[in-house]
Amino acid sequence: MLQLSPHSDKSAPGGSPNGPQSGHQSGQTDDDAIVRFASAGKRFAAPDGGAEFVALEDIDLAVSEGSITGIIGRSGAGKSTLIRMVNGLERPSSGRVVVDGIDVAAMDERKMRTLRRSVGMIFQHFNLLSSRTAYANVALPLEIAGVSKAEIAKRVTPLLDLVGIADKRDRYPAEMSGGQKQRVGIARALATNPKVLLSDEATSALDPETTRSVLALLKQVNRELGLTVLLITHEMQVVREIADHVAVLDRGRIVEKGDTYSVFARPQHPVTRTFLEGVTGVRLPAFVTEKMTSEPEPGAEAVVKIVFTGPTATDPILAEIGKTLATDVNILAGAVDEIAGKPYGTLVVALDQAALAPAQALIEERGLTSEVLGYVR
Amino acid sequence: MSANMFWLLWSATLDTLFMVAVSALIGVAIGAPLGIFLATSRKGELFAAPILNRILGAIVNALRSTPFIILVVAIIPFTRLLTGTSIGTTAAIVPLTVATFPFVARLIESSIREVDPGLIEAARAMGASPLQIVLKVLVPEARPSITLGLTLTVVSLIGYSAMVGAVGGGGLGDLGIRYGYQRFMPEMMLAVVVVLIVLVQAVQSTGDKLARHFDKRSRSN
Repeated sequence: MLQLSPHSDKSAPGGSPNGPQSGHQSGQTDDDAIVRFASAGKRFAAPDGGAEFVALEDIDLAVSEGSITGIIGRSGAGKSTLIRMVNGLERPSSGRVVVDGIDVAAMDERKMRTLRRSVGMIFQHFNLLSSRTAYANVALPLEIAGVSKAEIAKRVTPLLDLVGIADKRDRYPAEMSGGQKQRVGIARALATNPKVLLSDEATSALDPETTRSVLALLKQVNRELGLTVLLITHEMQVVREIADHVAVLDRGRIVEKGDTYSVFARPQHPVTRTFLEGVTGVRLPAFVTEKMTSEPEPGAEAVVKIVFTGPTATDPILAEIGKTLATDVNILAGAVDEIAGKPYGTLVVALDQAALAPAQALIEERGLTSEVLGYVR
Repeated sequence: MSANMFWLLWSATLDTLFMVAVSALIGVAIGAPLGIFLATSRKGELFAAPILNRILGAIVNALRSTPFIILVVAIIPFTRLLTGTSIGTTAAIVPLTVATFPFVARLIESSIREVDPGLIEAARAMGASPLQIVLKVLVPEARPSITLGLTLTVVSLIGYSAMVGAVGGGGLGDLGIRYGYQRFMPEMMLAVVVVLIVLVQAVQSTGDKLARHFDKRSRSN
């Protein structure tokens, strides 16, 4: 096979210094994308011959190889359709979906089946065969691919070890807990050595503790096998815990996307903010919210939310405001969290209206963001 | 009970078992693929062929709604064509089979439809072909339910086989009618009924046991 030299694909490296620069646009470039949606859309014909239902529209998304990308949206936002376009369970009605260099929409069903072996999938309700043991469930995709019995044994046993259920190999799904079943599901999805793992609400039916352990396993296979994970969920918690990148889907469109930390730290779209409320926001105590007004009243203090992100997240900003502006700062609520391995803090404080403007300037100066929530007497 | 009577009963039982076994085998051989097709050929399904599905469904319904005794008489020309006669054990197999396969088809169709659609999706995501989905997912998952359905089929067949006795089909029904009723031998009638009850019990409990063996869905196994 002919291979281009590493330099020849970037044409004229010395020339055109004033050429367009793409470096400022986005951290995620299309070059290393293993899954790419290019203005992809999906419409369903209405059963009664009425107006078409638009499930997805104008989806542009690049999933870089080796990343964990989360797609979050409410139910009915089109998440399921979107993830199913990657392995051709749904075909795009417009635009393209390219997986590992192959245009999925252009493939016939037979070729599609071969492609599906390089894309594993796990499900909310596990979808294990009740008539097969853990071992036989993991063996199924290999049987379908026509792998010999001896080869299957060589592949399945280490996989059961990897997902931590080697002792359950001869157990039927009915004899296993939800977490164990999802581990079988993950082993099954990995059986054919896929490059991409699709996760369809894989932890939505699990309790919080099991969710964490299953997510940790996904992160582990992502790291150890270099597997790209594309997951859909309605829980921001899941995205926060493992995703490097996130896209927010609302009514069939991606309304916000980027690396998880930036999206969490500076959400732009209202839907994103709603999702984030339960995860990163701090709840104000009732005695504050009851008295809070949206208009400044004479003698009222301003309630300000300060978001600490990045390297300055741990700087003593409050003491500085107090000292520089010679004013009192009352802490009403606060939390320090970690998103994608970086510290992220939220603090709600009350301060004198006169000190509000200079305080916000000072916060801005430190590279933090602030927002006035209201006023309280 | 005289030795002669016992001999008659024994040979009639064998005739019944023969009729039931052969018509069950042929009935399943035709009915099972038909049932699987009916369960997978509606619009948007694995072997989507909605028009053929509707035609076959209508034929199955027509056969299922014809009373058995009328079916036996109505298809006599067809029976003659196949076996050269319309009376006797071999001839009885034809109407029994024609009554059995639509029954089996509907039972298997409903068993297959009970399988969680999520499993079909998972198999498709693995790259399985429609045939692989049927053989590796749908049939094994539906096996407990299919086993119970086939048990029911055999039990009904035992009943039907006694009915063909009324039109000269041979077997236990024939014996019961000719000796028990026409020659007024109540002990023969009783013996026939007892043998039929024992047969049905044996079939039912074997079927139940098999279905339990195949069913891995509860923890108790």
